Amino acid sequence: MTTTDALAAIDEGLDHTYADVYDLMSLMTGDEKHSAAATSTLDVLWVLYDSVLDVSPGTVADADRDRFLLSKGHGPMAYYAVLAAKGFFPVAWLADWASYDSPLGHHPDRTLVPGVEISSGSLGHGLPLAVGTALGLRAQGLDSRVVVLVGDAELDEGSNHEAVELAAAVDLEALTVVVVDNRSATFGVPGRIEERFATNGWHAVGVDGRDHSLLRRALTRRRRTPGEPARPSVVVAHVEEKWS
Amino acid sequence: MTRDPRATFAATTTDLLEEDLSVALVYAEISGQYFREAERRHPERVVNVGIREQLLVNVGAGLALTGMRPVVHTFASFLVERAFEQVKLGFNHQDVGGVLVGSGASYDNAGGGRTHQAPGDVALLDTLPDWTIHVPGHADEVESALRLAVAGSGRDYVRVTGRQNREAFPVTPGRFHLVRRGAGATVVAVGPMLDPVLEAVADLDVSVLYASTVRPFDGRSLRAVLGAPDVVLVEPYLAGTSTRCVDDALVDVPHRVLALGVGRRELRRYGAPADHAAAHGLDAVGIRRAVTGFLAA
Repeated sequence: MTTTDALAAIDEGLDHTYADVYDLMSLMTGDEKHSAAATSTLDVLWVLYDSVLDVSPGTVADADRDRFLLSKGHGPMAYYAVLAAKGFFPVAWLADWASYDSPLGHHPDRTLVPGVEISSGSLGHGLPLAVGTALGLRAQGLDSRVVVLVGDAELDEGSNHEAVELAAAVDLEALTVVVVDNRSATFGVPGRIEERFATNGWHAVGVDGRDHSLLRRALTRRRRTPGEPARPSVVVAHVEEKWS
Repeated sequence: MTRDPRATFAATTTDLLEEDLSVALVYAEISGQYFREAERRHPERVVNVGIREQLLVNVGAGLALTGMRPVVHTFASFLVERAFEQVKLGFNHQDVGGVLVGSGASYDNAGGGRTHQAPGDVALLDTLPDWTIHVPGHADEVESALRLAVAGSGRDYVRVTGRQNREAFPVTPGRFHLVRRGAGATVVAVGPMLDPVLEAVADLDVSVLYASTVRPFDGRSLRAVLGAPDVVLVEPYLAGTSTRCVDDALVDVPHRVLALGVGRRELRRYGAPADHAAAHGLDAVGIRRAVTGFLAA
Protein backbone atom coordinates (compact mmCIF):
# COMPACT_ATOMS: atom_id res chain seq x y z
CA MET A 1 0.00 0.00 0.00
CA THR A 2 1.37 3.44 -0.79
CA THR A 3 1.36 6.19 1.76
CA THR A 4 -1.43 7.95 -0.09
CA ASP A 5 -3.51 4.79 -0.10
CA ALA A 6 -2.92 4.31 3.58
CA LEU A 7 -4.07 7.83 4.33
CA ALA A 8 -7.15 7.38 2.22
CA ALA A 9 -8.02 4.06 3.85
CA ILE A 10 -7.61 5.48 7.33
CA ASP A 11 -9.48 8.66 6.64
CA GLU A 12 -12.37 6.64 5.26
CA GLY A 13 -12.50 4.69 8.49
CA LEU A 14 -11.49 1.47 6.79
CA ASP A 15 -9.57 -1.23 8.56
CA HIS A 16 -6.00 -0.30 9.08
CA THR A 17 -3.04 -2.35 10.04
CA TYR A 18 0.16 -2.18 11.98
CA ALA A 19 1.97 -1.72 8.66
CA ASP A 20 0.01 1.48 8.00
CA VAL A 21 1.66 2.99 11.05
CA TYR A 22 5.05 2.77 9.32
CA ASP A 23 3.67 4.85 6.47
CA LEU A 24 2.22 7.38 8.86
CA MET A 25 5.50 7.68 10.71
CA SER A 26 7.36 8.12 7.46
CA LEU A 27 5.17 11.15 6.81
CA MET A 28 6.75 12.75 9.86
CA THR A 29 10.29 11.48 9.67
CA GLY A 30 10.75 11.43 5.91
CA ASP A 31 12.68 8.23 6.54
CA GLU A 32 12.30 4.74 5.18
CA LYS A 33 10.04 2.27 6.90
CA HIS A 34 12.88 0.48 8.63
CA SER A 35 13.55 3.67 10.56
CA ALA A 36 9.97 3.72 11.84
CA ALA A 37 10.22 0.07 12.85
CA ALA A 38 13.26 0.89 14.96
CA THR A 39 11.30 3.26 17.19
CA SER A 40 11.46 1.72 20.66
CA THR A 41 7.90 2.49 21.72
CA LEU A 42 6.09 1.54 18.51
CA ASP A 43 5.06 -2.02 19.31
CA VAL A 44 3.96 -1.29 22.87
CA LEU A 45 1.86 1.62 21.65
CA TRP A 46 0.27 -0.37 18.87
CA VAL A 47 -0.67 -3.29 21.11
CA LEU A 48 -2.09 -0.95 23.77
CA TYR A 49 -4.31 0.99 21.39
CA ASP A 50 -5.15 -1.97 19.12
CA SER A 51 -6.20 -4.50 21.70
CA VAL A 52 -5.69 -3.50 25.34
CA LEU A 53 -6.96 -0.03 26.27
CA ASP A 54 -10.66 0.70 26.56
CA VAL A 55 -10.55 4.10 24.91
CA SER A 56 -11.52 5.30 21.45
CA PRO A 57 -12.06 8.61 19.66
CA GLY A 58 -15.67 8.49 20.80
CA THR A 59 -14.82 8.04 24.47
CA VAL A 60 -11.91 10.47 25.01
CA ALA A 61 -14.04 12.58 27.33
CA ASP A 62 -15.75 9.73 29.20
CA ALA A 63 -14.98 9.64 32.90
CA ASP A 64 -14.58 5.86 32.89
CA ARG A 65 -12.22 5.55 29.90
CA ASP A 66 -8.88 3.87 30.35
CA ARG A 67 -6.04 6.38 30.60
CA PHE A 68 -2.76 6.08 28.73
CA LEU A 69 -0.10 8.56 29.81
CA LEU A 70 2.99 8.90 27.63
CA SER A 71 5.54 10.08 30.15
CA LYS A 72 8.52 9.69 27.85
CA GLY A 73 7.38 12.45 25.54
CA HIS A 74 10.55 12.51 23.46
CA GLY A 75 10.26 11.00 20.00
CA PRO A 76 6.44 10.98 19.89
CA MET A 77 6.17 10.03 16.19
CA ALA A 78 5.02 6.49 16.94
CA TYR A 79 2.46 7.84 19.44
CA TYR A 80 1.05 10.32 16.94
CA ALA A 81 1.00 7.71 14.18
CA VAL A 82 -0.90 5.21 16.33
CA LEU A 83 -3.40 7.85 17.51
CA ALA A 84 -3.96 8.95 13.92
CA ALA A 85 -4.31 5.36 12.73
CA LYS A 86 -6.95 4.81 15.39
CA GLY A 87 -8.82 7.93 14.36
CA PHE A 88 -8.16 10.23 17.32
CA PHE A 89 -7.19 13.03 14.94
CA PRO A 90 -6.88 13.41 11.15
CA VAL A 91 -3.84 11.81 9.55
CA ALA A 92 -3.43 15.01 7.57
CA TRP A 93 -2.03 16.57 10.75
CA LEU A 94 1.07 14.41 10.52
CA ALA A 95 2.69 15.84 7.42
CA ASP A 96 3.50 19.28 8.80
CA TRP A 97 4.06 18.22 12.40
CA ALA A 98 6.15 20.51 14.58
CA SER A 99 5.42 23.47 12.30
CA TYR A 100 4.22 26.66 13.96
CA ASP A 101 0.59 25.99 13.10
CA SER A 102 0.59 22.28 13.92
CA PRO A 103 -0.93 20.91 17.13
CA LEU A 104 1.71 18.18 17.04
CA GLY A 105 5.00 19.15 18.64
CA HIS A 106 8.20 17.33 19.44
CA HIS A 107 6.60 16.76 22.83
CA PRO A 108 2.82 16.20 23.01
CA ASP A 109 0.42 18.78 24.45
CA ARG A 110 -2.83 17.45 25.91
CA THR A 111 -4.62 20.72 25.28
CA LEU A 112 -3.88 20.53 21.55
CA VAL A 113 -4.17 16.84 20.62
CA PRO A 114 -7.35 14.75 21.06
CA GLY A 115 -6.63 11.56 22.95
CA VAL A 116 -3.43 12.81 24.58
CA GLU A 117 -3.90 12.54 28.36
CA ILE A 118 -0.85 14.48 29.57
CA SER A 119 1.53 17.05 28.17
CA SER A 120 4.97 15.58 28.56
CA GLY A 121 8.58 16.15 27.61
CA SER A 122 10.29 16.83 30.91
CA LEU A 123 11.13 13.41 32.33
CA GLY A 124 9.87 12.04 35.60
CA HIS A 125 6.43 13.65 35.63
CA GLY A 126 4.18 11.02 34.02
CA LEU A 127 4.34 8.36 36.71
CA PRO A 128 3.58 10.77 39.58
CA LEU A 129 0.71 12.20 37.51
CA ALA A 130 -0.50 8.65 36.86
CA VAL A 131 -0.52 7.91 40.59
CA GLY A 132 -2.68 10.98 41.18
CA THR A 133 -4.94 9.99 38.29
CA ALA A 134 -5.38 6.46 39.65
CA LEU A 135 -6.13 7.84 43.12
CA GLY A 136 -8.70 10.23 41.65
CA LEU A 137 -10.44 7.49 39.69
CA ARG A 138 -10.53 5.22 42.72
CA ALA A 139 -11.92 7.97 44.94
CA GLN A 140 -14.75 8.39 42.43
CA GLY A 141 -15.47 4.67 42.28
CA LEU A 142 -14.27 4.35 38.67
CA ASP A 143 -12.66 1.07 37.66
CA SER A 144 -10.61 2.42 34.75
CA ARG A 145 -7.00 1.45 34.20
CA VAL A 146 -4.14 3.90 34.16
CA VAL A 147 -1.22 2.84 31.97
CA VAL A 148 1.89 5.02 31.89
CA LEU A 149 4.86 4.56 29.56
CA VAL A 150 8.31 5.52 30.79
CA GLY A 151 11.76 4.94 29.35
CA ASP A 152 14.48 3.04 31.21
CA ALA A 153 16.68 6.14 31.30
CA GLU A 154 13.75 8.19 32.52
CA LEU A 155 13.82 6.13 35.71
CA ASP A 156 17.03 8.00 36.56
CA GLU A 157 14.71 10.78 37.73
CA GLY A 158 14.16 10.42 41.48
CA SER A 159 10.56 11.62 41.26
CA ASN A 160 9.67 8.19 39.83
CA HIS A 161 10.87 6.47 42.96
CA GLU A 162 8.67 8.61 45.15
CA ALA A 163 5.74 7.39 43.02
CA VAL A 164 6.79 3.73 42.94
CA GLU A 165 6.81 3.57 46.72
CA LEU A 166 3.49 5.33 47.23
CA ALA A 167 1.64 3.38 44.52
CA ALA A 168 2.49 0.09 46.22
CA ALA A 169 1.76 1.43 49.71
CA VAL A 170 -1.77 2.45 48.73
CA ASP A 171 -2.48 -0.69 46.66
CA LEU A 172 -3.01 1.06 43.32
CA GLU A 173 -4.07 -2.03 41.43
CA ALA A 174 -5.43 -0.05 38.48
CA LEU A 175 -1.97 1.34 37.72
CA THR A 176 0.36 -0.27 35.18
CA VAL A 177 3.77 1.09 34.29
CA VAL A 178 5.30 0.07 30.98
CA VAL A 179 9.04 0.60 30.92
CA VAL A 180 10.38 0.56 27.38
CA ASP A 181 13.92 -0.57 28.03
CA ASN A 182 16.39 0.16 25.27
CA ARG A 183 19.24 0.23 27.76
CA SER A 184 19.81 3.93 27.34
CA ALA A 185 20.18 4.68 31.06
CA THR A 186 23.56 5.82 32.26
CA PHE A 187 24.59 3.44 35.06
CA GLY A 188 21.81 1.01 34.12
CA VAL A 189 22.10 -2.57 35.33
CA PRO A 190 20.36 -5.39 33.43
CA GLY A 191 17.45 -6.82 35.40
CA ARG A 192 17.47 -4.10 38.01
CA ILE A 193 14.28 -2.39 36.87
CA GLU A 194 12.14 -5.49 37.44
CA GLU A 195 13.91 -6.14 40.75
CA ARG A 196 13.43 -2.61 41.96
CA PHE A 197 9.69 -2.59 41.29
CA ALA A 198 9.26 -6.08 42.75
CA THR A 199 11.18 -5.10 45.88
CA ASN A 200 8.74 -2.21 46.26
CA GLY A 201 5.79 -4.59 46.19
CA TRP A 202 4.80 -4.41 42.53
CA HIS A 203 3.88 -7.29 40.25
CA ALA A 204 6.76 -7.22 37.77
CA VAL A 205 7.33 -8.99 34.46
CA GLY A 206 9.83 -8.59 31.64
CA VAL A 207 8.79 -9.23 28.06
CA ASP A 208 10.10 -8.95 24.51
CA GLY A 209 9.03 -5.45 23.56
CA ARG A 210 8.67 -6.42 19.89
CA ASP A 211 6.48 -9.49 20.31
CA HIS A 212 2.85 -8.44 19.95
CA SER A 213 1.32 -11.55 21.41
CA LEU A 214 3.60 -11.52 24.46
CA LEU A 215 3.00 -7.80 24.92
CA ARG A 216 -0.73 -8.29 24.66
CA ARG A 217 -0.69 -10.99 27.31
CA ALA A 218 1.50 -8.92 29.64
CA LEU A 219 -0.45 -5.70 29.18
CA THR A 220 -3.96 -7.09 29.44
CA ARG A 221 -5.50 -6.31 32.79
CA ARG A 222 -4.38 -8.80 35.40
CA ARG A 223 -6.85 -10.46 37.67
CA ARG A 224 -5.47 -11.35 41.05
CA THR A 225 -4.82 -14.94 41.88
CA PRO A 226 -6.56 -16.12 45.07
CA GLY A 227 -4.80 -14.71 48.12
CA GLU A 228 -2.73 -12.25 46.09
CA PRO A 229 -2.70 -8.71 47.53
CA ALA A 230 -3.87 -5.76 45.44
CA ARG A 231 -0.79 -4.15 43.91
CA PRO A 232 0.27 -2.13 40.91
CA SER A 233 2.07 -3.81 38.05
CA VAL A 234 5.02 -3.11 35.83
CA VAL A 235 5.79 -4.53 32.41
CA VAL A 236 9.38 -4.07 31.27
CA ALA A 237 9.41 -4.22 27.48
CA HIS A 238 12.90 -5.02 26.31
CA VAL A 239 13.91 -3.73 22.88
CA GLU A 240 17.19 -3.34 20.99
CA GLU A 241 19.88 -1.33 22.70
CA LYS A 242 19.67 2.31 21.69
CA TRP A 243 23.35 2.91 21.16
CA SER A 244 24.29 -0.49 19.69
CA MET B 1 -10.20 34.22 71.18
CA THR B 2 -8.09 34.64 68.09
CA ARG B 3 -7.84 31.58 65.90
CA ASP B 4 -4.52 30.26 64.65
CA PRO B 5 -4.31 30.65 60.85
CA ARG B 6 -2.76 27.25 60.20
CA ALA B 7 -5.23 25.44 62.45
CA THR B 8 -7.96 27.38 60.64
CA PHE B 9 -6.67 26.13 57.30
CA ALA B 10 -6.83 22.56 58.63
CA ALA B 11 -10.29 22.93 60.15
CA THR B 12 -11.69 24.55 57.01
CA THR B 13 -10.18 21.87 54.79
CA THR B 14 -11.66 19.19 57.03
CA ASP B 15 -15.09 20.83 56.68
CA LEU B 16 -14.72 21.11 52.91
CA LEU B 17 -13.86 17.41 52.63
CA GLU B 18 -17.10 16.73 54.47
CA GLU B 19 -19.18 19.13 52.36
CA ASP B 20 -17.90 18.37 48.86
CA LEU B 21 -17.13 14.87 47.58
CA SER B 22 -14.93 16.25 44.79
CA VAL B 23 -12.46 17.78 47.25
CA ALA B 24 -9.27 15.85 47.98
CA LEU B 25 -6.40 16.71 50.30
CA VAL B 26 -2.82 15.75 49.51
CA TYR B 27 -0.12 16.53 52.02
CA ALA B 28 3.44 15.51 52.78
CA GLU B 29 3.66 14.77 56.52
CA ILE B 30 3.55 18.47 57.42
CA SER B 31 0.35 19.36 59.35
CA GLY B 32 -0.56 15.68 59.64
CA GLN B 33 -1.41 16.26 63.28
CA TYR B 34 -4.48 18.20 62.14
CA PHE B 35 -5.77 15.63 59.66
CA ARG B 36 -5.99 12.32 61.55
CA GLU B 37 -9.77 12.37 61.80
CA ALA B 38 -10.29 13.54 58.21
CA GLU B 39 -7.97 10.79 57.00
CA ARG B 40 -9.89 8.18 58.97
CA ARG B 41 -13.24 9.39 57.61
CA HIS B 42 -12.13 9.86 54.00
CA PRO B 43 -9.20 7.53 53.31
CA GLU B 44 -9.74 7.74 49.54
CA ARG B 45 -9.65 11.54 49.49
CA VAL B 46 -7.00 12.34 52.08
CA VAL B 47 -3.55 11.21 51.02
CA ASN B 48 -0.32 11.67 52.94
CA VAL B 49 2.45 10.98 50.42
CA GLY B 50 5.23 11.01 53.00
CA ILE B 51 8.29 13.20 52.55
CA ARG B 52 7.89 13.27 48.77
CA GLU B 53 7.21 16.78 47.55
CA GLN B 54 7.70 16.23 43.82
CA LEU B 55 5.10 13.48 44.10
CA LEU B 56 2.89 15.66 46.31
CA VAL B 57 2.36 18.29 43.62
CA ASN B 58 1.93 15.91 40.71
CA VAL B 59 -0.47 13.70 42.65
CA GLY B 60 -2.54 16.83 43.16
CA ALA B 61 -2.39 17.54 39.43
CA GLY B 62 -3.29 13.93 38.63
CA LEU B 63 -6.35 14.16 40.88
CA ALA B 64 -7.34 17.32 39.02
CA LEU B 65 -6.98 15.47 35.70
CA THR B 66 -9.82 13.21 36.86
CA GLY B 67 -12.04 16.18 37.75
CA MET B 68 -11.37 16.38 41.47
CA ARG B 69 -10.52 19.59 43.32
CA PRO B 70 -7.19 19.02 45.08
CA VAL B 71 -5.93 20.92 48.10
CA VAL B 72 -2.15 20.42 48.14
CA HIS B 73 -0.24 21.32 51.26
CA THR B 74 3.17 21.50 52.86
CA PHE B 75 5.57 24.24 53.94
CA ALA B 76 5.87 26.92 51.24
CA SER B 77 9.58 26.24 50.83
CA PHE B 78 8.96 22.64 49.78
CA LEU B 79 5.65 23.22 47.99
CA VAL B 80 6.59 26.08 45.68
CA GLU B 81 10.39 26.14 45.65
CA ARG B 82 11.41 22.49 45.83
CA ALA B 83 8.66 21.28 43.52
CA PHE B 84 8.44 24.30 41.25
CA GLU B 85 8.67 22.39 37.98
CA GLN B 86 5.81 20.18 39.13
CA VAL B 87 3.74 23.32 39.74
CA LYS B 88 4.66 24.70 36.33
CA LEU B 89 4.05 21.50 34.38
CA GLY B 90 1.58 19.60 36.57
CA PHE B 91 -0.84 22.49 36.87
CA ASN B 92 -0.13 25.19 34.28
CA HIS B 93 1.09 23.08 31.40
CA GLN B 94 -1.55 20.36 31.92
CA ASP B 95 -4.03 23.24 32.27
CA VAL B 96 -5.74 21.90 35.36
CA GLY B 97 -6.82 23.71 38.50
CA GLY B 98 -5.90 23.20 42.10
CA VAL B 99 -5.44 24.88 45.45
CA LEU B 100 -1.91 25.01 46.84
CA VAL B 101 -1.67 25.91 50.50
CA GLY B 102 1.78 26.80 51.78
CA SER B 103 2.52 27.41 55.43
CA GLY B 104 5.59 28.88 57.08
CA ALA B 105 5.74 31.95 54.83
CA SER B 106 8.87 34.11 55.00
CA TYR B 107 10.00 33.52 58.57
CA ASP B 108 7.26 31.98 60.71
CA ASN B 109 9.85 29.38 61.57
CA ALA B 110 12.54 31.89 62.45
CA GLY B 111 14.44 29.37 64.54
CA GLY B 112 14.39 26.89 61.67
CA GLY B 113 16.62 29.03 59.50
CA ARG B 114 16.79 29.41 55.75
CA THR B 115 15.72 25.86 54.90
CA HIS B 116 12.24 26.46 56.28
CA GLN B 117 11.75 29.97 55.01
CA ALA B 118 10.29 30.92 51.63
CA PRO B 119 10.32 34.69 51.08
CA GLY B 120 10.53 34.01 47.33
CA ASP B 121 7.38 31.90 46.97
CA VAL B 122 5.11 34.61 45.57
CA ALA B 123 7.77 35.96 43.19
CA LEU B 124 8.42 32.45 41.92
CA LEU B 125 4.73 31.66 41.37
CA ASP B 126 4.43 35.06 39.73
CA THR B 127 6.56 33.77 36.83
CA LEU B 128 3.53 31.65 35.89
CA PRO B 129 0.23 32.89 34.46
CA ASP B 130 -3.21 32.51 35.98
CA TRP B 131 -2.51 31.98 39.66
CA THR B 132 -4.78 33.69 42.14
CA ILE B 133 -2.48 34.43 45.07
CA HIS B 134 -4.03 34.87 48.49
CA VAL B 135 -1.97 36.35 51.32
CA PRO B 136 -4.49 36.34 54.16
CA GLY B 137 -3.63 38.60 57.07
CA HIS B 138 -6.07 37.01 59.49
CA ALA B 139 -7.34 33.51 60.30
CA ASP B 140 -10.84 34.48 59.13
CA GLU B 141 -9.35 35.50 55.79
CA VAL B 142 -7.65 32.09 55.58
CA GLU B 143 -11.04 30.44 55.87
CA SER B 144 -12.68 32.81 53.36
CA ALA B 145 -9.86 32.51 50.84
CA LEU B 146 -9.78 28.74 51.09
CA ARG B 147 -13.54 28.39 50.71
CA LEU B 148 -13.51 30.72 47.72
CA ALA B 149 -10.57 28.93 46.14
CA VAL B 150 -11.97 25.43 46.59
CA ALA B 151 -15.38 26.50 45.26
CA GLY B 152 -13.71 27.69 42.06
CA SER B 153 -11.95 25.76 39.34
CA GLY B 154 -8.78 27.78 38.77
CA ARG B 155 -5.29 27.78 40.20
CA ASP B 156 -5.05 29.27 43.69
CA TYR B 157 -2.20 29.67 46.13
CA VAL B 158 -3.04 30.37 49.75
CA ARG B 159 -0.06 31.64 51.74
CA VAL B 160 -0.75 30.83 55.39
CA THR B 161 1.27 32.67 58.01
CA GLY B 162 1.05 32.94 61.76
CA ARG B 163 1.36 36.74 61.56
CA GLN B 164 -2.06 38.34 61.86
CA ASN B 165 -3.76 41.73 61.79
CA ARG B 166 -6.26 42.63 64.49
CA GLU B 167 -9.17 42.77 62.07
CA ALA B 168 -10.22 40.63 59.14
CA PHE B 169 -11.54 41.90 55.81
CA PRO B 170 -13.80 40.14 53.30
CA VAL B 171 -11.75 38.26 50.71
CA THR B 172 -12.44 39.85 47.33
CA PRO B 173 -10.00 38.70 44.62
CA GLY B 174 -9.32 41.49 42.13
CA ARG B 175 -10.34 44.26 44.54
CA PHE B 176 -8.23 45.85 47.25
CA HIS B 177 -9.85 47.48 50.28
CA LEU B 178 -9.44 51.20 50.87
CA VAL B 179 -8.67 51.37 54.56
CA ARG B 180 -7.65 55.03 54.80
CA ARG B 181 -7.87 57.91 52.36
CA GLY B 182 -5.27 60.67 52.37
CA ALA B 183 -4.17 63.36 49.94
CA GLY B 184 -0.61 62.20 49.45
CA ALA B 185 1.04 58.88 48.64
CA THR B 186 -0.70 55.51 48.49
CA VAL B 187 0.54 52.65 50.63
CA VAL B 188 -0.41 49.13 49.54
CA ALA B 189 -0.25 46.83 52.56
CA VAL B 190 -0.30 43.12 51.74
CA GLY B 191 -1.69 40.54 54.18
CA PRO B 192 -0.17 40.71 57.67
CA MET B 193 1.62 43.98 56.82
CA LEU B 194 -1.55 46.00 57.38
CA ASP B 195 -1.27 46.52 61.15
CA PRO B 196 2.39 47.61 61.13
CA VAL B 197 1.61 49.88 58.14
CA LEU B 198 -1.34 51.55 59.90
CA GLU B 199 0.81 52.15 62.96
CA ALA B 200 3.69 53.48 60.87
CA VAL B 201 1.62 56.00 58.88
CA ALA B 202 -0.87 56.96 61.60
CA ASP B 203 -0.04 60.68 61.38
CA LEU B 204 0.85 60.85 57.68
CA ASP B 205 -1.53 62.15 55.00
CA VAL B 206 -1.49 58.99 52.89
CA SER B 207 -4.01 56.49 51.58
CA VAL B 208 -3.78 52.86 52.60
CA LEU B 209 -5.02 50.03 50.39
CA TYR B 210 -5.22 46.54 51.83
CA ALA B 211 -4.57 43.51 49.65
CA SER B 212 -5.27 40.06 51.01
CA THR B 213 -5.42 38.67 47.48
CA VAL B 214 -2.44 40.12 45.63
CA ARG B 215 -2.90 38.40 42.26
CA PRO B 216 -4.77 39.56 40.37
CA PHE B 217 -3.32 42.92 41.40
CA ASP B 218 -6.00 45.60 41.66
CA GLY B 219 -4.38 48.33 39.60
CA ARG B 220 -7.73 49.99 39.03
CA SER B 221 -8.23 50.79 42.73
CA LEU B 222 -4.65 52.00 42.93
CA ARG B 223 -5.27 54.47 40.09
CA ALA B 224 -8.60 55.55 41.52
CA VAL B 225 -7.19 56.38 44.94
CA LEU B 226 -3.91 57.85 43.77
CA GLY B 227 -3.24 61.33 45.20
CA ALA B 228 0.42 62.21 44.74
CA PRO B 229 1.96 59.78 42.24
CA ASP B 230 3.97 58.07 44.98
CA VAL B 231 3.32 54.41 45.78
CA VAL B 232 4.67 52.40 48.69
CA LEU B 233 4.39 48.63 48.51
CA VAL B 234 4.70 46.76 51.78
CA GLU B 235 4.82 43.03 51.14
CA PRO B 236 5.55 40.24 53.64
CA TYR B 237 7.74 38.38 51.13
CA LEU B 238 10.52 39.31 48.72
CA ALA B 239 10.78 43.11 48.34
CA GLY B 240 9.73 44.31 44.89
CA THR B 241 7.56 41.31 44.01
CA SER B 242 4.65 43.54 42.95
CA THR B 243 6.60 46.51 41.61
CA ARG B 244 5.91 45.49 38.02
CA CYS B 245 2.17 45.47 38.76
CA VAL B 246 2.33 49.04 40.07
CA ASP B 247 4.31 50.09 37.00
CA ASP B 248 1.79 48.39 34.71
CA ALA B 249 -1.12 50.10 36.46
CA LEU B 250 0.56 53.51 36.18
CA VAL B 251 2.18 53.03 32.79
CA ASP B 252 0.99 56.45 31.58
CA VAL B 253 1.61 58.29 34.87
CA PRO B 254 5.07 59.48 35.93
CA HIS B 255 5.39 57.93 39.37
CA ARG B 256 7.73 56.76 42.10
CA VAL B 257 7.64 53.39 43.86
CA LEU B 258 9.13 52.37 47.18
CA ALA B 259 9.07 48.59 47.49
CA LEU B 260 9.39 47.25 51.02
CA GLY B 261 9.57 43.57 51.81
CA VAL B 262 11.94 40.80 52.78
CA GLY B 263 15.49 41.46 51.62
CA ARG B 264 17.48 39.13 49.39
CA ARG B 265 20.37 38.71 51.79
CA GLU B 266 20.33 35.65 54.06
CA LEU B 267 20.24 36.83 57.66
CA ARG B 268 21.69 33.60 59.11
CA ARG B 269 19.95 34.48 62.39
CA TYR B 270 17.35 32.57 64.40
CA GLY B 271 15.18 34.08 67.14
CA ALA B 272 11.51 34.97 66.64
CA PRO B 273 9.50 36.20 63.62
CA ALA B 274 9.40 39.69 65.14
CA ASP B 275 13.21 39.80 65.08
CA HIS B 276 13.18 39.04 61.37
CA ALA B 277 10.45 41.59 60.68
CA ALA B 278 12.60 44.22 62.38
CA ALA B 279 15.74 43.11 60.55
CA HIS B 280 14.00 43.48 57.19
CA GLY B 281 12.50 46.83 58.16
CA LEU B 282 8.99 45.40 58.19
CA ASP B 283 7.99 46.44 61.70
CA ALA B 284 6.19 49.75 62.26
CA VAL B 285 9.43 51.55 63.08
CA GLY B 286 11.21 50.32 59.96
CA ILE B 287 8.26 51.03 57.70
CA ARG B 288 7.85 54.53 59.09
CA ARG B 289 11.52 55.30 58.64
CA ALA B 290 11.47 54.11 55.02
CA VAL B 291 8.20 55.87 54.14
CA THR B 292 9.11 59.25 55.64
CA GLY B 293 12.49 59.08 53.92
CA PHE B 294 10.84 58.28 50.60
CA LEU B 295 8.26 61.07 50.93
CA ALA B 296 10.91 63.61 51.90
CA ALA B 297 13.19 62.71 49.02
